[in-house]
Amino acid sequence: MAESTRMVTSGTVAPPVAGGPPVVPEFQIVPLQGLPIVVAVVVFLIVAIAGNWLWALDFFHVVGGGLWTGIDLFVGLIIGPILGRMSVQARIEFSTRFMPKMLLIMPTLVTMTLGSGWQLARHLGNLSVAYPRHWWLTASYIVVGVMAVIALGLLEPANLAVLFELKKPRPDPELIARLMKRFIYTAGITGVMQVATLVIMTRITTW
Amino acid sequence: MVSAGPDGAAVDRPGRTLPPVTEIGIATLAVIVASGVYLSAYPVPRHAPYPAAIALVALAYLGEAVNIVLLLRIRDFAWDKFVLVGRWALLAYSIAAGMLEYVFVRDHTPGRTLAILSLALVVFATDIPIMLAFTVARYQPVPD
Repeated sequence: MAESTRMVTSGTVAPPVAGGPPVVPEFQIVPLQGLPIVVAVVVFLIVAIAGNWLWALDFFHVVGGGLWTGIDLFVGLIIGPILGRMSVQARIEFSTRFMPKMLLIMPTLVTMTLGSGWQLARHLGNLSVAYPRHWWLTASYIVVGVMAVIALGLLEPANLAVLFELKKPRPDPELIARLMKRFIYTAGITGVMQVATLVIMTRITTW
Repeated sequence: MVSAGPDGAAVDRPGRTLPPVTEIGIATLAVIVASGVYLSAYPVPRHAPYPAAIALVALAYLGEAVNIVLLLRIRDFAWDKFVLVGRWALLAYSIAAGMLEYVFVRDHTPGRTLAILSLALVVFATDIPIMLAFTVARYQPVPD
């Protein structure tokens, strides 16, 4: 392990591991082996939209939305608080394995859910439903919009900045802790907002 | 503010004030999202009044322009990392914006609405890479 790790030597956070400072495992910021899967999903989504495949659109929306919602809730409300109580070494090891995967998984899930959802709503005639029922759709746009601003403006940049910091010869644990806190809080906020999405979506499907 | 990096490099350090690129970027993104919600809030085949949507998109362009000017005025910045992250993020978000554009065209979105949405997508595809690249680069050492 010694060959594929680097030491974190800043004194701002006390090393939690007895016998030495925390070490950073070697990792890829963007896991290249996952890219073919992302490309395959996006291509399949485009084909489904082009071919008006109702089943495939439904599949993408239900599977993508379920995973997106589930991961947001799980990370924000379960993983987040656990991570906050872990040692710096444990957090670093978890982050170097977890966050690169999130960098590919979440944008892919969001793209497949929203792309298929819009087309599905068009096919099912939901986009032409009059008010006051249309408020449910408008509410879903607003919730997704707020989540998008939080995720793209705060969460994703923090995720990427942590990974770049961990790639430095001597990462700054204080900075990593601060950025991780931002990541966990924003994931928690979007997780709670996903509950609103669940209410809206189940309401729309039972009109 | 973050203290000087352990390796003594010129990272985001005390006494160094960076412009509010992230804050303006988030506000710009919020305006773009608001324009999209506004245009989508009208049940098909009705469409939203255009002046408000155009004003929102114009405001977003203003935010983006201010951000670019602020960025260009920064000295001692990790531009190498900014370009590295920015170009890949630009590629990724251009693909996402391109997909959305494809869906709008395929759905026969009316001309004016399509034009406003297309302009909004340009901001979407460029604003996010700027925020990602800036957030990464601000903590990176400045090359000699």
